[in-house]
This record gives sequence, C-alpha cells and structure tokens, in this order.
Amino acid sequence: MHTIDLTGFSTLLGALADRGYQVKGPVVRDGAVVYDDVHDACDLPAGTIDEQEPGRYRLHATGDPALFDHTAGPTSWKPFLHPPSRRLFRARRTDGQTFEVQDDDAEPPRYAFVGVRPCDLSSIRILDRVLTEGPFVDRDYAARREGTFVVAVNCTRAGHTCFCASMGTGPEATEGFDLALTELVEGDTHVFTVEVGSERGQELMNDVPHRDATLAEADDARAGIEHARRHMGRELHVATVKDLLEANRDSSHWDDLAERCMACGNCTMACPTCFCTTVEDATDLEGATAERRQRWDSCFTSDFSYVHGGAVRPSTGARYRQWITHKLAGWVDQFGSPGCVGCGRCITWCPVGIDITAEVRALDAATPSPTRGGAA
Amino acid sequence: MSLDRVPVGGYAPQSVPGVPAEAMRPRLYEVSSVHQDTRDTFTLELHPRTDADRLDAPYAPGQFAMLYVFGVGEVPISMSGDPARSNVLVHTTREVGAVTRAMGALKPGATIGVRGPFGTAWPVDRAENHDVVLVAGGIGLAPLRPAIYHLLAHRARYKRIVILFGARTPEELLFEDQLSEWRSRLDLDVHVSVDRATGDWRGNVGFVTQLIPRAPFDPRTTVAMACGPEIMMTNAAAALAKRGVPAERMWLSMERNMKCAVGHCGHCQMGPYFVCHDGPVFRHDRIARLMSVPEV
Repeated sequence: MHTIDLTGFSTLLGALADRGYQVKGPVVRDGAVVYDDVHDACDLPAGTIDEQEPGRYRLHATGDPALFDHTAGPTSWKPFLHPPSRRLFRARRTDGQTFEVQDDDAEPPRYAFVGVRPCDLSSIRILDRVLTEGPFVDRDYAARREGTFVVAVNCTRAGHTCFCASMGTGPEATEGFDLALTELVEGDTHVFTVEVGSERGQELMNDVPHRDATLAEADDARAGIEHARRHMGRELHVATVKDLLEANRDSSHWDDLAERCMACGNCTMACPTCFCTTVEDATDLEGATAERRQRWDSCFTSDFSYVHGGAVRPSTGARYRQWITHKLAGWVDQFGSPGCVGCGRCITWCPVGIDITAEVRALDAATPSPTRGGAA
Repeated sequence: MSLDRVPVGGYAPQSVPGVPAEAMRPRLYEVSSVHQDTRDTFTLELHPRTDADRLDAPYAPGQFAMLYVFGVGEVPISMSGDPARSNVLVHTTREVGAVTRAMGALKPGATIGVRGPFGTAWPVDRAENHDVVLVAGGIGLAPLRPAIYHLLAHRARYKRIVILFGARTPEELLFEDQLSEWRSRLDLDVHVSVDRATGDWRGNVGFVTQLIPRAPFDPRTTVAMACGPEIMMTNAAAALAKRGVPAERMWLSMERNMKCAVGHCGHCQMGPYFVCHDGPVFRHDRIARLMSVPEV
C-alpha cells in the first residue's frame, strides 16, 4: 500500500489526463455533488458533507479540507457508461421504397472515474453482467467500459440513507478498481493511502510521487472504513428479502404504496443499476433520413408495459411491486446478485421519501411468521 | 490484494459464439408480397436483399423477429411461415398501432428492417410420439402455424394432431383457405369456433376453450401448445388440466412490450423472466403462478 499527499493527488489527475482520459470526479453543482470534469484537486468538493434523509438532500460546509466526505449524490457513473440517450443507427432512403442502414463509427469516450464509491463500483459490475455477460453484448457499453480507468475511494463516513454494509457492497472497495484510495485527514496531515488493483494502476503510479504507507496510516484507513460500516443510516435483511417479495406478489401492501408513490420514476433515474431503455424513431422533415435512438426508460410509466389493448401494469402499486421485486428478487435469478447496492439514492431522491428498506420491513411485519424468510 | 487476483478494472466481457456483431442493427429484407388476410390482418413475405442481410440462423417454430419500418419504429412479430423454407420470412400481424399500420401500407419491393430470430420455440421435438393439441385464439394461430407446418412435414412422428381455433366472428377467421385444406385431411382434427355467429355461419359458436372437453386426444400422452389472449390461454390451460394434461406438457406463448429483444431494455419482464429470451414460449408450470397474479 502506498501513500500520496494532496499534491500527489493532483498529479494523479494530471497523469490520467496525460494518458488521454477524460477525467470525471465529484464537483458541486446546483447544490449537489455530481460527477463531471475535474482537472485539479481544487475542483473537488473540499469540506463538503451531504445531509441525506428520505426526500431530502442538503450540502453543508465543514471547514475540513477533506475532498471525499460526501457520500452518493443524485447522479451515478451510469450516464457515462450507459448514456441517457444515444443513437443506435441512422438510415437513409435510397429511393421511394428502399433504404440503407448507416453505421455509426464514433470512437467511444475514454473515461477515468475518480472517486468511485464501493457501492457504485458494485453497481458498475452489475451493469457489466446485465449488458455484456448475457446472450447478447451491448457493444457501446462494452467499449466505454473497457476504456474506463477506475479510481475508487473508500468511504469513511456513511450517509443517513446508506446501507451498503447490508448489501455487501461497501464501505470498502475490494475488487474491480485500478486504484483505491482512502482519504486520511488529521490535524495538518492530509494524505491518501493507495491500493493498486491492476497493472494499469501500477503503471500510473510510476508518474505519481508516493511512498510506502506507514502501519499507522494503514490502521487509520481501516479504522475509517470500520467507522463508516458501523454508522450505516439504513439496513436491509438481504438473506430473506427475495423469498419475502416472491411470497408477497398478492399483498395489499402494494395498494398502500400506490397511495404514496407518484410513479415519477425518480428512483429509477437516480439508481446506478436501473438499466431499462426505450427507443425513439424519427425522420428529417423530408423523410429522407431516419434515426433510431435509445433512451433511459422507467418501469414506473404506464407506457412501459403497454401491449395493444392496454398496459400490463396499469396500477401504481403493480409498478412499484415490479421495481422492488425485480431489484431485490428477480435480479438474483437473472444476473446472480440483487440489483441493489445500498447507495440510498432512491430513498433520498424520492420526492415523497419512500424508503426501500422501510417498505421491505413493512412487508415483513405484515407477513405471517411461518412464511417469513423461508417461503418459496 | 495481489495483482494477479484482480483483472484489469474487474472487467471481462463474455463473447458469445454465434451472436450477431451488432444485435440492434437491422438486416435489410425486401417485401415480396403483402396479403390481406382479414379486415385488419395481413401477411408479409420477405426475402433478404443480399446474402449479407440474411439472418444468421434459421428460425424455429414459435420464434419471432423485430421488424423495422423506416422512420416509424420496430415491433416484435412472430414468424408465421414454413420453417423449412428458410430463405423466406413470413409474418402475419394485425394493424394495432403506428408501426403495424405503416407495415400494412408497404408495397412489394419495399425494404423492411429485420432483427432476429429471437426467443424460445414450440416443443415440436418433445411432442414426438405424443398426441398434439394446438389451441389458437384469433391472431394466435399465426405463431402456431410454423409448428403446424413442422408437424405435417413430419406427420409420422406424431400421433393424433388436433387443432382448435377460435375467432370472434367468422369474418375474423385467419388463414381460411388453409384451414379448409387442413380440415379436409384425414390425419388431422381441426375444430373451429366463433364467439359470435354472423352471416350464414353454421359451425361451432362459443369460446375456443369450450372445444377442449370434447376434443379427440388422450391426455395421458398429449403435448399441448396454446397461443392467444392471456385470458384464453389461462382458460385453455384450466380446461386441458381438467382433461388430465399436466402443466409440464403444456406450452403457452406470452406477449409483453418489447423494445430490444435481447434482454437489455427491461420492458418484457414477467416476474424473473425476460419474455424475449426466456420466452415467448413457456412451459405452463414455469409461469402458472405468475399468471395467477394480476398485473405482473
């Protein structure tokens, strides 16, 4: 394990830019920490913590120099790898009745993600499985993903809507990164321990002034992560949730949810793993060229399940049931893990503060005990 | 953590043999004929524009393709032709939306985009040495027709073959000429029913599922395949079960919204299944529980 100081951190950002990466990291915009271009350590949200509750998000200044005291913000890394809107193909009329399809040869962007939290690291791994490890490969995603350099940052502070410890996805990054940092701030000392996770990461460190981490620094990093683990704002009993949801497709709890849920789809937009898309077709005014675009979609819209004759899920309760049951149960059958990483974004960014962990608890409380945890 | 334990960035995409390079890019086919079957239903015959446009794999009965109309959109439509004629794709559909309306207006010579074939197939191999009962409601006969072609092409491999077909009115009977032809065969039992008799209809009146109790098959050795509205398939499964056909020998073809057909858009989910690749043809016992819950 290595240690770098704040200058070393800026050098690291520069070394990534020198290698042709578009460097993305946390910045403050419109009162929230979002991921965007970063060039230097001073671009990052120093001394910023986020207060997160169901339906509430506020930033506060701490006066502390730490760059990574914030937790998951409203956006994830998903938009960079699985863009909200992208063209699938263009087509051109060759005469009145025929057309040809044109390939898009645009080079995929090469990103360096700096500040990927362990929950988000898991969410990227989950998207990999969904989009590249099934019978078909989303080649655009695969190309973006392959080029991406990942600098993870372990969490030493947990937010009030965080539950990564329950989901087994954090607060420590254990794999899937090129470099993993842990920020240590104490008195006048401001350093990062650096764990190397790949040859690419090792190669980058050649250009970043560093020294071996001291035992005390390694201990402090571990203690910081443990502190976050012990202070999770939420928890979810993952061992029993799949059975619980599958046994409760008929529950009246979904009607109760329909009274609160506005079916706005915010949770699906904020979620780092929600991958659903729709397509849109358009032509120019003359009808000579056409294009087909893919854009994010949400299972909370009525159109989502439309087949001729009507929507399969006309009620809001059925849509919420679809979302949570897919996320925590069906996903396991489909992709071998839950689709939830415990980042808490769906809780914070729900305008009416619906809390996925509270809904699971309520469902559990309403389920007669013999079926609890064990029903098929 | 040691270096050799961790792959670069943790990322290792799986390459799948036989999968088209770009699954979302349509191949180009030429419409060779458009046939109006009923007032709102038509059948397209399509040929690949070039050899490079030909779909990579022959299709199996029950599979579907995504058909793209220039600038209008793309819809999933079952294969309805003879699977032995692999050089031609046949699709039968109803005009129910913008894309199918535009598709119905295409003229011979027009280009259409095709992706596929996708999805699971009717269990025509599993059905060998069995009585085979096919239950179709309305346009549901179209996805079953490739199975019928297959059964008739290999008639000796099957015991009794029973086709039960229902439509709302006599005017909505699909593939009428072919039905007459099938009815005239001695090695095939074809029974047709309409929900509402009009004109000079003198045949059965009632839901197609009402034909099941009297149909000539031995439930102990029957494989059943049903396609039609969900409620019709539910009722058909119940009537077949009442005759003694176990759920493990019934197959249904499900319909859900589909945008990609490759398991990426999420629209076609039914419980843990992606209807586009876990279906559309499901063994009934796999989905019976899900079908019993509203709005899944």
